[in-house]
Amino acid sequence: MNANTTAVHYTDAPVRGFALAAVVWGVVGMLVGVVIAAQLAFPDLTHGIPWLSYGRLRPLHTNAVIFAFGGCALFATSYHVVQRTCQVPLFLPKLAMFTFWGWNAVIVLAAITLPLGYTQGKEYAELEWPIDLLIAVVWVSYAIVFFGTIGTRRVRHIYVANWFFGAYILTVALLHIVNSAAMPASLWKSYSAYAGVQDAMVQWWYGHNAVGFFLTAGFLGMMYYYIPKQAERPVYSYRLSIVHFWALIFTYMWAGPHHLHYTALPDWAQSIGMLFSLVLLAPSWGGMINGVMTLSGAWHKLRDDPIIKFLIVALSFYGMATFEGPMMSIKTVNALSHYTDWTVGHVHSGALGWVGLISMGSLYYLIPRMFGRTTMHSVSAINAHFWIATLGIVLYIAAMWIAGVMQGLMWRALNPDGTLVYTFVESVKATFPFYLIRLLGGLLYLAGMGVMCWNVVMTIRNGAVRAAPIPQLAHA
Amino acid sequence: MDALYLLIPLSALGVLGILGVFAWALHSGQFDDLEQQGAQILEAEEGSVDVRQGRIAPDLKQSAQSPARATTENP
Repeated sequence: MNANTTAVHYTDAPVRGFALAAVVWGVVGMLVGVVIAAQLAFPDLTHGIPWLSYGRLRPLHTNAVIFAFGGCALFATSYHVVQRTCQVPLFLPKLAMFTFWGWNAVIVLAAITLPLGYTQGKEYAELEWPIDLLIAVVWVSYAIVFFGTIGTRRVRHIYVANWFFGAYILTVALLHIVNSAAMPASLWKSYSAYAGVQDAMVQWWYGHNAVGFFLTAGFLGMMYYYIPKQAERPVYSYRLSIVHFWALIFTYMWAGPHHLHYTALPDWAQSIGMLFSLVLLAPSWGGMINGVMTLSGAWHKLRDDPIIKFLIVALSFYGMATFEGPMMSIKTVNALSHYTDWTVGHVHSGALGWVGLISMGSLYYLIPRMFGRTTMHSVSAINAHFWIATLGIVLYIAAMWIAGVMQGLMWRALNPDGTLVYTFVESVKATFPFYLIRLLGGLLYLAGMGVMCWNVVMTIRNGAVRAAPIPQLAHA
Repeated sequence: MDALYLLIPLSALGVLGILGVFAWALHSGQFDDLEQQGAQILEAEEGSVDVRQGRIAPDLKQSAQSPARATTENP
């Protein structure tokens, strides 16, 4: 008798912890986002207090929503999915709890050091080297727990969601370690191992693949488990989901240079980045259609079930963002869109629409089940959250599209004698109303998260923590 | 662009690694029966004990044929 058949309960403590942490950090991260959106419209909002200046709060916002909200949601769902699909408890449960405390320590340290101005200056990798070391230790532990659980599985087939989670865990480890290589000068100051355009290339190799593997592959893992579970139907084509996985991971790695169009990066490297970005459209849309078509024959669920609304509309935004992204990587389009708020709109249609909604939908499935219930305290509050959030996203991205295209056109407008038609500040002034609309969109999205937070608290208050038994083998 | 001498070999190694894992998955029979696997996650509801009865037998049969995986062993 091996250890797996003696264990009778799943290891849900880290799942619970991460799920709740995701909700709490979601509120915090989105609140900081609303503050910096307001600062763009009203620059004197925080009276010049350095700790609350835009330059320090902006990395706090991105780190909080990506790594605290998104990261905790990924930890929670990957730990949940890998146990359920392998039908074993987590490998080394204590190490799994260490990842919970370690990851949250990273988040708290980020929340302290970023406003104090300690930064490596690398986008989405701002944290200084002592915190980077802690991240590396936590992440390797995460990999040991996850792959150990797969290694001890009782179900022979490795479900497709685990492939996505596995690719995300391995790639993020590689990206983090290569990009964060730095020489410490003091406890809170270090210098990157790379210089100049080399540093930019490494940074965007990291940055783009962080989007591809952290914000895409990981959340696709969620999609491939929670959509079938909530819809109570198998994924439309399991075969296509396998093709989706391998095609995506083979092509994603090479698209990073599109972040450096029209820079000192060699032209051929830019063109390769553009080409692979265009190729990426195929697997992305294959996966999106596969997820949506899971509802084929049960479309009424899209009307009746607010969790399904979250999950399917998330996929719609995934489809939109993965169409828009390759289009923006075309150099001629990029000449218009680069450095404008269009990029910000694109990122947020992916972040609010895809990552946010798929996480919220998955958490609405997961949290009641982690507290001995089958549904959240209030299903109508889920519905309200869905509509508030969707309205917020639409306002946000529409405002940024208009602002971005307007900025791009104003910046390139020339008089017949070759001088610029507009000064930069005129484009800032013209953007002001769109910053207000964006702020309103962000406020709505934050309000939706507040509704979720209340719903989660009520669900836990009326729920109970119960150990979930593992279905036993036929002969055990 | 010295950084490319790091990034391109790293990515190429990555692709080789991915190919290796893909070959392992293919040869160990992970993709032999893709019709059933998508529906399997729906069977295992939390807390129910009888859901595996109809499923464990084919799993065992497959692992007997393929020595690569023996994790479904019984006590």
